[in-house]
Amino acid sequence: MIDKDFIEDLLKKHPYSNVKHQNDCLTLSCPAQQIIDLTTELRDQQTFDLLVDLTAVDQGEAVENRFMVVIHLYSCIHHDYIRIHSDCTDNESPEFPSIHSVYPAANWHEREAFDMFGIVFTGHPNLKRILMWDEYPYFPLRKEFPLAGIDVPLPADDVVEVTQASVEPAPMMGGPFVSSGQGFMSDAEPRAKDESWTEKKEKPV
Amino acid sequence: MSEVTFKEVQVGDSGYRDAVAEERLNSERMALNVGPSHPTTHGVLRLMMELNGDLIEKCEPVLGYLHRGDEKIAENMTYNQFVPYTDRLDYLSPLANNVAYAIAVENLAGVKVPERCEAIRVMICEMARISSHLLGMGVFGMDAGAWTPFMYTFTEREKLYTLFEELTGARFTTSFTRIGGVARDIPEGWLQKVSRFCEELPKAIEEVEKLLTRNRIFLDRTEGVGVISSSDALAFGLTGPNLRASGVDFDLRKDKPYSGYEKYDFEVPIGTRGDCYDRYLVRIEEVRESLKIINQLIDDFPAGSWYAEDAKKIFAPPKEKIMTSMEELIQNFMIVTEGPQVKPGEIYFEAENPKGALGFYIVSKGGGVPYRMKIRAPSFCNLSILEKLAPGHMLADITVILGSLDFVMGECDR
Amino acid sequence: MVSNEVAYNSKIEGEVIVTKADAVVNWIRKHSVWPMPMGLACCAIELMASAASRYDISRFGMEVMRFSPRQSDCMIVAGTVTYKMAEVVRRIYDQMGDPKWVVAMGACASTGGMYRSYAVMQGVDNIVPVDVYVSGCPPRPEALLDAMMKLQDKIGNEPSTSRLLQARNTSMV
Repeated sequence: MIDKDFIEDLLKKHPYSNVKHQNDCLTLSCPAQQIIDLTTELRDQQTFDLLVDLTAVDQGEAVENRFMVVIHLYSCIHHDYIRIHSDCTDNESPEFPSIHSVYPAANWHEREAFDMFGIVFTGHPNLKRILMWDEYPYFPLRKEFPLAGIDVPLPADDVVEVTQASVEPAPMMGGPFVSSGQGFMSDAEPRAKDESWTEKKEKPV
Repeated sequence: MSEVTFKEVQVGDSGYRDAVAEERLNSERMALNVGPSHPTTHGVLRLMMELNGDLIEKCEPVLGYLHRGDEKIAENMTYNQFVPYTDRLDYLSPLANNVAYAIAVENLAGVKVPERCEAIRVMICEMARISSHLLGMGVFGMDAGAWTPFMYTFTEREKLYTLFEELTGARFTTSFTRIGGVARDIPEGWLQKVSRFCEELPKAIEEVEKLLTRNRIFLDRTEGVGVISSSDALAFGLTGPNLRASGVDFDLRKDKPYSGYEKYDFEVPIGTRGDCYDRYLVRIEEVRESLKIINQLIDDFPAGSWYAEDAKKIFAPPKEKIMTSMEELIQNFMIVTEGPQVKPGEIYFEAENPKGALGFYIVSKGGGVPYRMKIRAPSFCNLSILEKLAPGHMLADITVILGSLDFVMGECDR
Repeated sequence: MVSNEVAYNSKIEGEVIVTKADAVVNWIRKHSVWPMPMGLACCAIELMASAASRYDISRFGMEVMRFSPRQSDCMIVAGTVTYKMAEVVRRIYDQMGDPKWVVAMGACASTGGMYRSYAVMQGVDNIVPVDVYVSGCPPRPEALLDAMMKLQDKIGNEPSTSRLLQARNTSMV
């Protein structure tokens, strides 16, 4: 099990890291530059040999460091997880060092984070979109991106010529009912999240 | 591994002919595209391969043909509303997904469900495991050229579907769990039916085994093919039967027990060589172990409440109480309109699903809607080894390798 | 008593039947529909179930599932069509030989279903003409079988001969 000695030892060796909380598992924060150093140590010395997950969280445009990379490691010896929070340096064009050399499993996870958030993983061998198509211009999991999507042309020209199909915002009326959860009862009533464009709500450019 | 296969491909014995053949082999590269609509890819996986004769030199999987935006959808609805979407992640074992998701949110909300609810969940998880492995084995046989086992396993799956239908109301998009409980208690007489099914299943498994396990053709196609070493398996984040077949003893039901798994007596089957045949054997054994767990449950099914009664802001009470009591009516209204109220914080929870460890990473800022939800799909990680595994194999082996990895694109692309 | 015998007697008529060309062509077509299983998502599992032991689609002459579009007549779109996949679905449809039909199986293929999001095409009828829509998420195998019988009815009423002649005339020009 992960005990106090383990944490103290780890913090002594890596003074740049901090314990954030231990609610469900040990959560460390670590600057982006030191992430390779820390993960290598955790893998080689502390038996955290399984990278179970790597993802990112968009904290919203108001927050100073908007994009946070979250890494989950598992140790088959300790039978426990460790979580690492690490902020990306830039909000406009976020960058993060790739830990693909430490954990090969990070390859696809990093591609997904790039696809969904636009975080560029420096040193990644094959950084391109993995879930959306290559030409897609937006990053869907950023908070400002609407669930319904934004108009873009379909990737195949010849199919578009025959069918006139294109990527259109999905109709949200009658869709998932969501309540704002605050304010008067009439405001808090669940209603469909309407993201279609009307004369009242103009289409964003 | 790669050298051995390569030697077998050398044409002729010696001299000029050999040299010509080798030159031809090495000079002509062929680009081959498999999928996204192809029977071996079990859905919409696409493989872009570079072939040297019949040898695969490079294999690049292309994903995303079933990317439906589940994570974005989750950010836009309450916790209970997302339960139906978890059905459609790994659509071969929806019940196990439901349970994993419910436990993740409950851990975040700090809710403890009663013993009977845990038992129901363990039971449906194991039944889902059986149904998923049955399909996995049947389709794997089909990939190796054997049609009959598929029919046998599907007969058993249909029996399971009937049981699921009686319990949940749907054949496989079950949406059975709620945060803090399940949708309803098990119906009367259902356990006896499950017990009858448990008596019939071993015979069917034996029949499938007779058809496949010592079948010469099947052995030739699977033994020594697609060998994954234990270090590779760990490095690429494989989980579930694929990791265990490579000899790593990793099963979250034993290592980090959830939902009361520590109470049941079962073994974790582990392979030795990590080839396609071992992955098949591990699945067959897992079905037997799941049967063991179900039998233990039937013998001693805990009584009591089947939902967390003290979680007033999490679980909407059963219908008959809503109709008769004012307090429950208000409680139901609040949960439906605002969602189960969850504390701010973050949680990562993984459950041992049939395909591997299905993880939910949820960030909550309080209230009934998650701020961010990441679904860690086992198939996604299991497939990432393909880039390393496929080169050095013959083209015909790719069907067997894909079949043995037993992935589902629904959860891979999300 | 109602007689079950048909008025036609081969001994007398000399083994000749007089009927409409449409009736013959349609009769042949509707009892030999070879489906192309476009298995995309969850519905594909119910599609497999309808081909497997309990439901047995071969009772309707449709068990010959061909994964090659060149050999099949009816595309069963089973599952969510994403924008990334739409191109592929259309290309496979184009590769099928005439005459061809499309069944949209399940809510996702029909309308986008519960997936109202940035990545999902809201109904496969945006890119291919659909003959039969099947409701359900996923539809039960019985529902699919019913849809296939509806499709057979539809095929039975098509002006096949005039279409064939028209196609021949256009190809000669």
